[in-house]
Amino acid sequence: MLNTYVPVLFLIGLAVFFAVFAVGVSHLLGPRRVNPVKASPYECGMITLGPTHQAVPIKYYIIAMLFLVFDLEVVFLYPWAIVFRKLGVFGFVEMMIFVFILLIGFIYVWKKGALEWE
Amino acid sequence: MELAYFLIETVVKVVAVFAVLMLVVAYLTLAERKILGRIQVRYGPNRVGPFGLFQPIADGIKAFFKEDLVPARADKTLFVIAPMISITAAISLFAVIPFGEQIELFGRRISLTIASLDIGLLYVFAVASLGEYGIVLGGWSGYNKYGLMGALRAAAQMISYEVALALSVMGVLMIAGTLNLVEIVRQQAGWHWNILYQPFAFIFYLVCALAEINRTPFDMPEAEAELACGFNIEYSSMKFALFFMAEYAHLVAVCAIATTLFLGGWDGPFNLPPALSWIWFVAKTGILVYFFIWERGTFPRLRYDQIMRFGWKFLLPLTLANIVGTGLYMVLRGM
Repeated sequence: MLNTYVPVLFLIGLAVFFAVFAVGVSHLLGPRRVNPVKASPYECGMITLGPTHQAVPIKYYIIAMLFLVFDLEVVFLYPWAIVFRKLGVFGFVEMMIFVFILLIGFIYVWKKGALEWE
Repeated sequence: MELAYFLIETVVKVVAVFAVLMLVVAYLTLAERKILGRIQVRYGPNRVGPFGLFQPIADGIKAFFKEDLVPARADKTLFVIAPMISITAAISLFAVIPFGEQIELFGRRISLTIASLDIGLLYVFAVASLGEYGIVLGGWSGYNKYGLMGALRAAAQMISYEVALALSVMGVLMIAGTLNLVEIVRQQAGWHWNILYQPFAFIFYLVCALAEINRTPFDMPEAEAELACGFNIEYSSMKFALFFMAEYAHLVAVCAIATTLFLGGWDGPFNLPPALSWIWFVAKTGILVYFFIWERGTFPRLRYDQIMRFGWKFLLPLTLANIVGTGLYMVLRGM
């Protein structure tokens, strides 16, 4: 059944071709008059102070870690949801236990203040 | 010979979907500006052609002939690749969307979907997540502080709402028992639309979708007023246009998926012949797209901490509760 995926590859291929084509053509057609001021970072007329790529707030890192945990949960839930009718009550109770354990973690994270953005 | 037919069918379908999508995206930009204009008691674009109908074409030509600027300190490779990732992901979403009932043509049964994958919905979420790379890399590689801030916000916001988005459709999957979008539509035939069984999930999906495609009131990565356009600030010419098109293609895609999952896809109040069933699909998707434009003209932008709090402390528990509730109901009713 691999050939059900071939049309998907066709569409992705066409999309990639379009993207490269569009950028390439505009690169060829557009004028090129670069000067140092134009090529400097746009900051509403101000000169950029200090480096741009520096340490970012820890908040974003925490969110990324939480995302991993909960997205894994989603990954487990998908196959469960598909066969939910076949599993019946047993499957439901099993998943509720799993969600409950995760919920405890969620409440802990909440109480610790990891979800706060002062 | 069978292979030749298969290839011709595939190429025709792919090119047709691509061409229609590009046309829709182009005129969606015009429609949005027109509708927003009317909401704000002004005309919107009306100079280029009758009723401004040639405006998207003029915009396209202009984008091609503008200077293709790469900032001196930018990471050149990533800077060029980022918009390509965005548009490729947005277009690829349409590979699994079922537009209509199977039709008979030249004695062959042709389904109005590019590929009826058994992992349809997983494919949608996977590809939609890839689109985030375009935004994050685009904001990061330009070496601009506004851009970097937009990228960071986009990354955190989109992964936060992605969890809730994936959870919000779980109820539909429990009822349907399949990830295949064509199958999900077939099960809803004859007024068994999932919105009737999963009304809350539909609302959660719409809210999460708004956040996923960064539209008002969740348009934090762009936030014109504070970030001066955010992640695409350093982009010009066609590279900027690609980001723009990706956003609108993504908008159409989330509306089409909402139609497929909740509104019965091509199923309508009365039956049209299979060759015309796509009209219902287009109508429902159009209504949702209109809703998305409408709310942009209505809501102010939220603050970033409000958005994150809403996503984690409100939507996530509620979508989980929806799953538990759906499961409990189905178990008590004996499935």
